[in-house]
Amino acid sequence: MAALFNTVPRHEPRLMLAEPMLSMRGISKSFGEVKAVIDVDVTVYPGEVLGIVGESGSGKSTLLRMMNLEDTPEAGSYHLSLPDQEERNLFTLDRFERRMLRARHIGIVYQNPHLGLLMGHTSSGNVAERLLIAGNRNFADLRSRARESLQASEFPLERIDARPRELSGGMQQRVQLAKAIALEPAVLLLDEPTTGLDVSVQALVLDTLKRLQQERAITMVLVSHDLGVIRTMADRVMVMRRGRVVEQGLADQIFQDPQHEYTQQLVHAKL
Amino acid sequence: MTLKDLTKPWAAFNYGFLDESAKRELRRKMLKAVAVPGYQVPYASREVPMARGWGTGGLQATLTLLKPTSVVKVIDQGADDSVNAVSIRKFFARVGGAVETEDTQKATIIQSRHRIPEEKLREDQILVLQVPDPEPLRAVQPDMSIAREMHGDADYGQLWLVLYEQLVKSGRIIQGSSYPSMVNGRYVISPSPIPRWDVKKLHQADHLTILSAGREKRIYAVPPYTNVEPLVFDDVPYRVEDHQDKTCYRSNVTGFFMNELPQDDGSSRHELSDSHFGVKQIRRNEGEAVEIAKTWYNNGRMD
Amino acid sequence: MDMQVSKSGASPVLRVEGLSKQFEMHHLRRTLYAFEDLNFELGEGEFILLKGENGAGKSTLLRTLYRSYRPRAGHAFYHTKEGVIDLAAAADVDIAVLRRREIGFVTQFLNARPRVAAEEVVAEPLRLAGTPHAEALVEARRWLAAFGVKKQLWPAYPSTFSGGEQQKVNLARALILPQRLLLLDEPTASLDHTARKALVDRLTELKASGVAMIGVFHHPEDVAGLIDREIHLKAIKIEDEADNVVQ
Repeated sequence: MAALFNTVPRHEPRLMLAEPMLSMRGISKSFGEVKAVIDVDVTVYPGEVLGIVGESGSGKSTLLRMMNLEDTPEAGSYHLSLPDQEERNLFTLDRFERRMLRARHIGIVYQNPHLGLLMGHTSSGNVAERLLIAGNRNFADLRSRARESLQASEFPLERIDARPRELSGGMQQRVQLAKAIALEPAVLLLDEPTTGLDVSVQALVLDTLKRLQQERAITMVLVSHDLGVIRTMADRVMVMRRGRVVEQGLADQIFQDPQHEYTQQLVHAKL
Repeated sequence: MTLKDLTKPWAAFNYGFLDESAKRELRRKMLKAVAVPGYQVPYASREVPMARGWGTGGLQATLTLLKPTSVVKVIDQGADDSVNAVSIRKFFARVGGAVETEDTQKATIIQSRHRIPEEKLREDQILVLQVPDPEPLRAVQPDMSIAREMHGDADYGQLWLVLYEQLVKSGRIIQGSSYPSMVNGRYVISPSPIPRWDVKKLHQADHLTILSAGREKRIYAVPPYTNVEPLVFDDVPYRVEDHQDKTCYRSNVTGFFMNELPQDDGSSRHELSDSHFGVKQIRRNEGEAVEIAKTWYNNGRMD
Repeated sequence: MDMQVSKSGASPVLRVEGLSKQFEMHHLRRTLYAFEDLNFELGEGEFILLKGENGAGKSTLLRTLYRSYRPRAGHAFYHTKEGVIDLAAAADVDIAVLRRREIGFVTQFLNARPRVAAEEVVAEPLRLAGTPHAEALVEARRWLAAFGVKKQLWPAYPSTFSGGEQQKVNLARALILPQRLLLLDEPTASLDHTARKALVDRLTELKASGVAMIGVFHHPEDVAGLIDREIHLKAIKIEDEADNVVQ
């Protein structure tokens, strides 16, 4: 009888008429002997927030890196719903195309701001760089768009020309966020965006994320080991363990009625 | 047949100092550099009797281009008569039998580091620029292998970022010499430590420019009639140094690049940076019939 | 359980067949049984009252229909304009679509976000459904007033409100958008007179407009005039399977 719980039939969407914004099929990735991700499918619809939860080593960050085209899997395909890329498996893009696609269509906020920011350049410059890569060559426009983006991520405007290394952790994440949303990405990837921040700062950053998501209907994929963060942000949740998806569902269902033993452990340990 | 018949007679050094294989290497790399304007071609930089960083790259390029009919001019900080300029020029005369000149018009090869002469260069002239640091991306990317990838991808956003931050901080672009410039719409180069004033002379020039860095072992070129565009923002035009209104106290000429000479009373005087151009102007003022070619700038403006 | 058929004439909104729910508590090696083999129909404009003692599974049924809980077996066929869809098995994104457009869950608990004003909280469902912001705000204020939330609280953050005021904000939010199916989980509990009247008035209005409702009420007399039918749930007593598990 227990088997029934884990075999809830999956049905193709019928009412959600929009094409998925992001879809990955059959993703597998190994590092030597270690199978980091095993045959994982991911679908994210426009305006949705997908939370991926799991402990370290579950494969969630590896999966996110592949979404950001930083890494390619041994098997699987990846599509984003973009005007000119519809038919292409993004893993087949060459380095140059990947870079352009990332710059224009994918935003990312890393846990470690050193990965996402040029620490020696100004905060507004970090945002402007994103626009420069996309070909914007108008100083006044760069300036005002960097300012707008920083303002949207609730960064204090009097500090926009401070260097990230002079800023607090929470402010650095806001600069990353401003940079990530500057070009209105097709998908915003968040890799443990508030891990390591003070609890009060974490709440404020999450609040900004939530507000931005709702105002702009940003499609997001959020990876975190922190169930509180996932609960605050996610519409749907994927639970990963040892490279596999053990359970997925609507966020409230995952938290109120977790089916898999591992998810129950996670949820009950937290509550 | 004896062994003696098969070998060349003994000589203290080969013509043009460099051995033939070294010159062949340089010629091939120069051709490649001309074929791909602005692309930094790696080459096997040789030892020359001069310390690296003092113009060994330019020296090797000139030695390779040298022939007995060459007329060579060497410029150091705009001047023909500094110790460094004179020694290098004499070296070319000794090892290649080249004729020495200080006159831009008479030269077939002009080797320089900081300046491009004020008189327009012709199709039959070659400008060799000594480059201390050929990599425009060095300031933003210390890892040279990544910098090479960035060139490959034309990933130059960070160079504009540097200019953006200069504008934010100072309200103007403060980059003086080695102003990063896009060649033929593809590769960004560092045009050696020439002032902003001179960068515009490379654009659609009649002459060939070879840029060579001996220590960094990179050679690149701006062929004749090639676009060279300093990196700028659409709404912030490129500005050369404000020398338009400065007058040379020796020659009384106005509208060229000047050296500033601070005076004891705190004021400053100016003299033409291009020394031989100044000499010609003075001679003409004194009534001599001196031929001065067309200049790139007229009345401090370049059209 | 025999099928409870809706009154004649009302076109069907929901048809529940053999719906069962139990909780498998892996870490305790226990199964909790909520309800078994439920069958009933709900038509447009119909109101079903769920009755039964505590633990009989009344709230569990509402949450299962809302898919906060996953049913173990059975079907809940929901009639949309696009056709019939089984709430027990539909894709998560479809459930999300239905929750946004057609199926409302009205409860006393508010999951308040920090730093979002009460009027914005209430206006949000309208805004997400495409109503211009200013218009949605006007409507939100009308409902906050109807539920007796003081005007000075409208621009304040509900997370700082008392329980009673939070509940009113939450009800206003849940009822602002006309749904097709409302799941009511004790919405009147601990409401003051004004708010209760506003709630019942709104439910009456919605029922008249064809909204189908199924709910649990602590004091059913609050909605006595609305009830069409009642369903009695009984707590299930089944031998505990955990007894057979080797420890």
